[in-house]
Amino acid sequence: MRWGLENASVKFGSRLALDRVSLAAEPSTIRVVVGGDGAGKSTLVRALVGLVRLCQGDALRPPKRQIGYVPASAGLYVDLTVKENLAFSGSAYGVVGSQLAERSAELLERIGLNDATERLGGQLSGGMQRKLAVAMALLHRPSLLVLDEPTTGVDPLSRAELWRLISATAAAGTAVVATTTYVEEAHRASKVTLLEQGRSIATGSPRDIVSAVPGALGVVRSKAQPGGLSWRWGTAWRIWAPSGELPEGAEPLQAGFEDAVIIAALVDQEKV
Amino acid sequence: MTVLAQARRLTIRFGALAAVDSVDLAVEGGEVVGLLGANGAGKTTLIRLLLGLLRPSGGEALLFGALPSMDTRRRVGYVSQTLGLYDDMTVEENWTFTSAAFGSGRPAMPASISASSDELVGTLPLGVQRRVAFAVAFSHGPELLVLDEPTSGVGPLSRARLWQDVRDSAEHGTGILVTTHNMEEAAQCDRLVVMVGGRVAADGTVAEVIASRTVVEVVCDDWRKAFAVLDGAGLVVQVQGEVLRVPGSTDQVAALLSGHDLGVRLAVVPANLEEAFVSIVSPPPRR
Repeated sequence: MRWGLENASVKFGSRLALDRVSLAAEPSTIRVVVGGDGAGKSTLVRALVGLVRLCQGDALRPPKRQIGYVPASAGLYVDLTVKENLAFSGSAYGVVGSQLAERSAELLERIGLNDATERLGGQLSGGMQRKLAVAMALLHRPSLLVLDEPTTGVDPLSRAELWRLISATAAAGTAVVATTTYVEEAHRASKVTLLEQGRSIATGSPRDIVSAVPGALGVVRSKAQPGGLSWRWGTAWRIWAPSGELPEGAEPLQAGFEDAVIIAALVDQEKV
Repeated sequence: MTVLAQARRLTIRFGALAAVDSVDLAVEGGEVVGLLGANGAGKTTLIRLLLGLLRPSGGEALLFGALPSMDTRRRVGYVSQTLGLYDDMTVEENWTFTSAAFGSGRPAMPASISASSDELVGTLPLGVQRRVAFAVAFSHGPELLVLDEPTSGVGPLSRARLWQDVRDSAEHGTGILVTTHNMEEAAQCDRLVVMVGGRVAADGTVAEVIASRTVVEVVCDDWRKAFAVLDGAGLVVQVQGEVLRVPGSTDQVAALLSGHDLGVRLAVVPANLEEAFVSIVSPPPRR
């Protein structure tokens, strides 16, 4: 493992916010951490970049100058212009002069903001702000890029553009770790970590996670909720039988990634 | 089926900008209609027009066949993006206040939220706040539910539960209009309406919206190199693990990748809903 967390725990007072999580961040790969509100995503990335102290385990990271980090909120200054934001971030990382001008121009072109350099950060749409924040974190060509919910609340079009930028960064050799609440975004990852209440409940490639689903999954087309572990999907129900024995009337179904995520959460709940 | 909410050539202008432009839309009892669009496409404005919170510049918005009024609004449940709860009141106070405002008597609080009844809403985790907002919106047995990005930031299991409530209401005859940026959620709607620049750009079932759109799937020895080539040519490449998906023709993709010795295998596959959405809402390329 080049960088990442090994058996890492974080405590806030008596609350265990991160519970023995291991996660590898390798060059040229995208690691996506999926979890809902309060799952511990921000604590995980803050532990990875060195903003919170571990009470157990290890964090391996490159020197600060080689890390790019975008926090879940902001990541840019609303009362600075696009250009000023980039210059500020550049000066923090020692990217100045012609190097700054060239790299800024390249990134602005990439995120479609080259005609808006004099606009204030706060005047940009939510999607544009996120793109600018990511660009600011990429100015110094980091070897580890850490993004906390870069796409929450961002519409699917801007999201596709953001992911294109993130993929390009990984393709050029950077190790990327990004968190998300959108399960569908995990498809973009080479490796996924599912986080629930500070614990990693499943990890691997999206395909590994799907093929590791225990038991059997089925569809029940009825009005009433079938017994057992079932949830709605569209007008029908999905039912999961841990034993592998589906009840009568359930048609077997190949689990998709979203199903695998729900099942992992159900398995985890049973354990708790 | 009864039409609960209807827009007929509905238009609103803010100065020179038509934020909602000649929109036709109907939500019937028992159906879940997904309203999709990029930020700024006019989704929230359309909802506010339908609810009577904004006055149209043209066309008409009808709720239960009449112009929106206090009486028709009583029959609607609405969860806004900001949830619409009072942060400095407890869950129970929010519940009682809403019941009083809707004149729905004193319905019992559902078990899902009664555990937090004495807590200030502002101090609760987002997931719980959302459950409260849903319960409040459902409390007066609305015939039409309008949900504006109801599950943004919610984990997978909680989201499945919220959708369970949505479907249960639909089966009891409630019509539901829901906006979302989540394509997994959109795929669960009975019908989708896609807005671009204030207008309806596509509508129908998920299959009808995707229509015959396809993408080229690229499998090769080194996705990084292939990505750099295709991305450099200005194509909107999406990476799925180590597989690339690109809009365009196999000929075009093959031509770009030839000579790079990447062991390329191409296949034309149906677009997914997200790819279809991106293609519908994308401005035509500048060059």
